[in-house]
Amino acid sequence: MRGATHAKWAACAVTVVLAATACGGGGDSGGGGGDGSGIVGSSWGDPQNPLEPANTNEVQGGKVLDMIFRGLVRYDPKTGEAKNMVAESIDTSDSQNFTVKIKTGWKFSNGEAVTAKSFVDAWNYGAHLKNNQKNAYFFGYIEGYDKVHPEKGDATADTLSGLKVVDDTSFTVKLTQKFSTWPKTLGYPAFAPLPKAFYDDHDAWLSKPVGNGPYTVDSYAKGSKMALRKWDDYSGPDKAQNGGVDLKVYTDNNTAYTDLMAGNLDLVDDVPASQLKNAKSDLGDRYINTPAGIIQTLAFPFYDEAWSKPEAAKVRQGLSMAINREQITDTIFQKTRTPATDWTSPVLGEAGGYKSGLCGDPCKYDADEAKKLISEGGGIPGGTLKITYNADTGSHKEWVDAVCNSINKALDNDKSCVGNPVGTFADFRSQASQQKLDGAWRAGWQMDYPLIQNFLQPLYYTDAPSNDGKYSSEEFDKLVDEANAETDTAKAVSTFQDAEKVLAKDMAVIPLWYQNGSAGYSDRVSDVALNQFSVPVYNEIKVN
Amino acid sequence: MGRYVIRRLLQMIPVFFGATLLIFLMVNVMGDPIAGLCGDRKCDPATAAQLEKEFGLDKPVWQQYVTYMGNVFTGDFGTAFNGQEVTELMATAFPLTIRLTIVAILFEIVIGITLGVITGLRRGRPIDTGVLLLTLVVIAIPTFVTGLLLQLLLGVEWGIIKPSVSPEAPFNELIVPGFVLASVSLAYVTRLTRTSIAENRRADYVRTAIAKGLPRRRVITRHLLRNSLIPVVTFIGTDIGALMGGAIVTERIFNIHGVGFQLYQGILRQSTQTVVGFVTVLVLVFLVANLVVDLLYAVLDPRIRYA
Repeated sequence: MRGATHAKWAACAVTVVLAATACGGGGDSGGGGGDGSGIVGSSWGDPQNPLEPANTNEVQGGKVLDMIFRGLVRYDPKTGEAKNMVAESIDTSDSQNFTVKIKTGWKFSNGEAVTAKSFVDAWNYGAHLKNNQKNAYFFGYIEGYDKVHPEKGDATADTLSGLKVVDDTSFTVKLTQKFSTWPKTLGYPAFAPLPKAFYDDHDAWLSKPVGNGPYTVDSYAKGSKMALRKWDDYSGPDKAQNGGVDLKVYTDNNTAYTDLMAGNLDLVDDVPASQLKNAKSDLGDRYINTPAGIIQTLAFPFYDEAWSKPEAAKVRQGLSMAINREQITDTIFQKTRTPATDWTSPVLGEAGGYKSGLCGDPCKYDADEAKKLISEGGGIPGGTLKITYNADTGSHKEWVDAVCNSINKALDNDKSCVGNPVGTFADFRSQASQQKLDGAWRAGWQMDYPLIQNFLQPLYYTDAPSNDGKYSSEEFDKLVDEANAETDTAKAVSTFQDAEKVLAKDMAVIPLWYQNGSAGYSDRVSDVALNQFSVPVYNEIKVN
Repeated sequence: MGRYVIRRLLQMIPVFFGATLLIFLMVNVMGDPIAGLCGDRKCDPATAAQLEKEFGLDKPVWQQYVTYMGNVFTGDFGTAFNGQEVTELMATAFPLTIRLTIVAILFEIVIGITLGVITGLRRGRPIDTGVLLLTLVVIAIPTFVTGLLLQLLLGVEWGIIKPSVSPEAPFNELIVPGFVLASVSLAYVTRLTRTSIAENRRADYVRTAIAKGLPRRRVITRHLLRNSLIPVVTFIGTDIGALMGGAIVTERIFNIHGVGFQLYQGILRQSTQTVVGFVTVLVLVFLVANLVVDLLYAVLDPRIRYA
């Protein structure tokens, strides 16, 4: 920055007259020097829900839970493979009854030991209706869930009958159905253990959560900043490589990015769409753009007769072929999205069930074929496809307009497709979940755990909780049931893929693209990476 | 005077109820807020019902309003969706915004009135034309452009300020955001003062004061300025409320977690309690500021009498 010093001094002189400001604008996060004591400053968003493991269902709160908790298993940040963490072993002989043994020596940061009871109590708490936990349904596979969390009325039991503490280090779980990959779901934060302090003084715990992870909460100013510090007595293998992390809430991710550019912040894990163009040149190697377990799709109202009749599958396939995914991901998303060719995500890996090209021709752009298929299917119901989206966040308008443009061009008709913005996310979700939408709508899915099951069952199984479009296929349901009962993982995965082929045939939803996580970091820190949930792997960050 | 104040205070009551009811209805027609709490998935019905009960959303709107207002009078503004008391949110947000508003108002008073007086006294001279042009430019440029530009230049390019304000938001960090927030009003204050001064300069009392041989300084501050300030005070008074509620853009740009930010979050998440609570307080601020402005008239010009 040649010549800047001059202007800087002049301007400093001016500001000093008004008040003593810090000239120079350096970082305020002290420490460092490569000895593992440096503090990382990172951007954060205000968590939407209170910070409890079973009540946190979005990235911002999840970020903290990932730092202060370690569950039975943990997903390898690189491969996504579920590896035992607190669990010594999780055994089953019939895919329905599980015995969980936990390692000894694990402690919460307040000194309490992590025992089998820490898990069982936490799960009972998470599942119980009266505690209003938004992730309660995660315990839905455990026997007795319908008693503690009935669909209507009050709970008739206080604990899940399927959970039994055997001794301090082991407990058993009975599921309501066969679910061979169930142990792999246990890396989700909702399954974290909780200390007694959580129940004894819930408010105090919420204002300063205590967990068993590599970090402890040093201070928490709700809505503005959380200071996490390395916990020296942490018993796990993945100790923090830095002295701590300061999470700062930003009102706007553009401001966070500006702070990063000014050297005021070390890590931004959500590069704003408007800066994607510059990020590469601004940051060079310090710009990360890696796949995350998120897929964007267009969903359809199967509760509407016009969309559920068999010929409509051709219309949906045609629409899918009319969308030029390559062009949209290149120009609008600056390659932070990858055109989708199946219904999962590349983060699963080949072994985990991701199969590039599974969708086949219907996911390839072909304007002529699109036109032909749509007219064979009887045309778009109502003549115009309305794509509903929420206009408040996520710059959905840009891509919906682009998708419509692409469809209109392919069909040579300016009125084939229009965007239909809804003011807020809450309103959009309430319309979608109450089957009030006609036409199509944007449907995003962020995985809960890196399993192919999570990309299919909650979304397309008959009457599944997130099956907003009410898609239903006997064949699909049968294959999913079979896959869940299958004890051999490879076979289970291939059966799930067979189920996915049913989706391709029906084009239940149109897969659009896989979303990447994008992050940028300062030259003060190194070893920065995003995991499959597009959350930075904080404990591995080194401060130079 | 005392009766006037009481009458004004009584008038506030219907305004207060009307404004809160309107906001309440407006937030409510936006649809079911619980649906947004569970992300891209549907909330399970039992939990959703439980949450609705907890936030009182299962009752008819009028009943919700009555309960809400009843609670407000006991100082209970309800709970936001993230589990925080709305009063707690207010306790963190209002001090920040008040500080920011104070900085902005100071800019308006000091720079705006000074420029106004200078240009008003030198009408038609180059300095007058220059300032007029400048105010025109400032009025024409939206706040977010000024804000982002200053943030980029002062924060990133020259490194004089930090681009974002720290959570504690001390006064010195609020100088630039305060200036940005004040900029448009600043231009109006300048123009109002200028016109008012220029007009009153030819008034009889000013001529008399000059004829009496009073020093120029005294003529300007005691006679001319005092009488010219009435429209300016009115503007600044009503601007207090506007600045507090309208700081959304500035607060977003400079990362200030004040009233604007909380309102924005509240609207996005459709948190009735947050939005109505904050707006209620803003309405009160507006009303009190207006009352103070009216009372100030009497101080500035004793001829204005209140029955």
